[in-house]
Amino acid sequence: MNEQASIRCESISVGYGDHVVVGEATLVLHRGEILTLIGPNGAGKSTLLKTLARVLPMLAGTVTLSGRDLMSYKNREIAQKMAVLLTQGKDPGMITCREVIEMGRFPYTNMAGTMTASDRKIVEEAMEQTGVKELAQREYAQISDGQRQRVLLARALCQQPEILILDEPVSYLDIRYKLEFLTTLQRLVKQRNITAVMTLHELDLAARISDRIACVKNGKIQRVGTPEEVMDSSYMVELFDLQEGSYDAVSGSVEMEKIHGKSRVFVLCGTGNGTGIFRALQRRQIAFDAGILQQNDRDIPAARALARKVIEVRPFAPVTEEEIRQAENMIDEADSVICTLDETEREHPAEHLKELMDYADRQGKQKTVEELFHE
Amino acid sequence: MERGFNRKFNGIMMLLGAMILGMLLINICIGNVRIPLREVIAVFHGTASDPVNRDIVLQLRFPRALAAMLLGGGLALAGYLLQTYFHNPIAGPYILGISSGAKLMVAVTMVVLADNLRAFNSMTMIAAAFLGAMMAMGMVLLVARVVHNMAVLVVAGVMIGYICSAITEIVVTFAADSDIVNLHNWSRGSFSGITWNNVLALTVITVLCVIATVIMAKSINAYQMGEQYASSVGVNVKVFRVLLVLVSSLLSATVTAFAGPVSFVGIAVPHLIRTVLHTADPKKIIPGCLLGGGLFCLVCDFLARTMLSPTEMNISTVTAIFGAPVVIVMLLRRQKEREVHA
Repeated sequence: MNEQASIRCESISVGYGDHVVVGEATLVLHRGEILTLIGPNGAGKSTLLKTLARVLPMLAGTVTLSGRDLMSYKNREIAQKMAVLLTQGKDPGMITCREVIEMGRFPYTNMAGTMTASDRKIVEEAMEQTGVKELAQREYAQISDGQRQRVLLARALCQQPEILILDEPVSYLDIRYKLEFLTTLQRLVKQRNITAVMTLHELDLAARISDRIACVKNGKIQRVGTPEEVMDSSYMVELFDLQEGSYDAVSGSVEMEKIHGKSRVFVLCGTGNGTGIFRALQRRQIAFDAGILQQNDRDIPAARALARKVIEVRPFAPVTEEEIRQAENMIDEADSVICTLDETEREHPAEHLKELMDYADRQGKQKTVEELFHE
Repeated sequence: MERGFNRKFNGIMMLLGAMILGMLLINICIGNVRIPLREVIAVFHGTASDPVNRDIVLQLRFPRALAAMLLGGGLALAGYLLQTYFHNPIAGPYILGISSGAKLMVAVTMVVLADNLRAFNSMTMIAAAFLGAMMAMGMVLLVARVVHNMAVLVVAGVMIGYICSAITEIVVTFAADSDIVNLHNWSRGSFSGITWNNVLALTVITVLCVIATVIMAKSINAYQMGEQYASSVGVNVKVFRVLLVLVSSLLSATVTAFAGPVSFVGIAVPHLIRTVLHTADPKKIIPGCLLGGGLFCLVCDFLARTMLSPTEMNISTVTAIFGAPVVIVMLLRRQKEREVHA
């Protein structure tokens, strides 16, 4: 990867008129890198992007692009270096996708907008790389949102940009189109050594696609770094003021809020098939305990997020009497006990499952999942 | 595919051109006095015997028909530019009150200069109309800054038009002077009384505006996708917007200066052209609007002169009869499309 700085923002302030939305922001963008801005709604992510795209005037500070002041570029010059995908666009009607994409050549064509053979080749190439060739003659107004984003990406590529600015490029798209779009984007950024800077609301996707993340909140860029450095669970909770629910850094997914109160169910689980049960209980607003889980179990994140209490053992460590006694206490407290593992799985090295279910049975608390949810 | 499309475009342009030529001749031949085509040709050859016929053709009907054609093209183009500016297909010089603003200033100028009719030439009229158009445009722009709703903007424009018309009526009533007896007819819209001097003036201005528009064609294309996209491909949006306002106001003002306010041409013609050509490409829409607007006004002026002959109707009556239904159909169609998409 080319580590040369492409855009350098030195303590810039962005906003509208006198109103500073994000101040004293310093940020360096590298070639061949995707940098994603994350943060709560209204934090100023889009304002920052629009200022970089020169849609909004900068309030203070300097931005240099390839070592030159961003503001010193002529319109046409900047259009040859920087392309944008913004959320709000007008629907012109009666315009084909090809015509939309060809607009990306405007910074290069003559006053009449004549497309030369090489312009056409670049357009073809861009359509191919974004997979929109079969849409060329379709009317832009009549394609789906997902297709439209890809057409706009093709249009941006026609500008042969060094920098690509994308404002929430996958909002409103279904999951298939989200993945498709970001996969294409990632491939293009690496192939063409483009600097991409974007905003995303999808934390799970941001954590996966971004080379670096910048967190924007309270008028500041609070953190910049790789997703692994920046996006730890506790900071994400703080960044988004998650009062309810929780965020898991590893999976990049969220869980709903834990139900408190007296435990009504004890869930005995172990191989990753407990998560669905935890969520089903949460949806029914039932407080529950869970165990006995090794800390590397797939059920651990959801259990920690949703269960009142979780009995955990270290990875690969055997279950001891201590944990069994804790589990028995939880069974005593609960009204029902369910085990997500079937009879054949309740054997060595998980004999404790059988023991505990027998213990529950003696109290008449053993239930199947169906019995529990159809009461 | 592309080539087939160009063939369709060329065909339609040629058809429109032929129809304009035909309508020019019909407009010259037919009227209160019917002049046979042979006689008209003789007049153009300078071999006509009847001096009355010669005067009717050369001093009345020919300049009037040319003016109707040029002003029609100008109006349609003004409408197209305003629609581009506001991203609103029902924007037009008449409906946004710009024509009425121009009318007001022309009326005021006429009354003020009534004692000194010698100062009263084409350029004074155009200047006054342009001032009025810019004033009305300024008000529309102020409204547009606050509201972003298409319908509200149009209603505001209509209201601005009413205010200007009301003030014009007051001015005309108070100035019931025999010298400006023409003013009343003019203020309701008519192509009558056009002189060769007028034709020259409006040719110059229309040609200048068309050149400016053609230069802007590429930017218009980019602007259709929205301001931010236009600027992202290198359009200087600020300059472009100012130019759009100036050119569309100048075109509307020129039309109003000579023919008074003419309704619906600015909305109906660009829409019809877009529908027929099925494109939003300015390189095709601009010539389409010029030819289509010219033809539309030639037909409407012909009907205005002949339908209730010897009484002449004002031009807006006829353009409204044909133009307003087009606008209604367009609105219904858009609504339906929106429902299908939702």
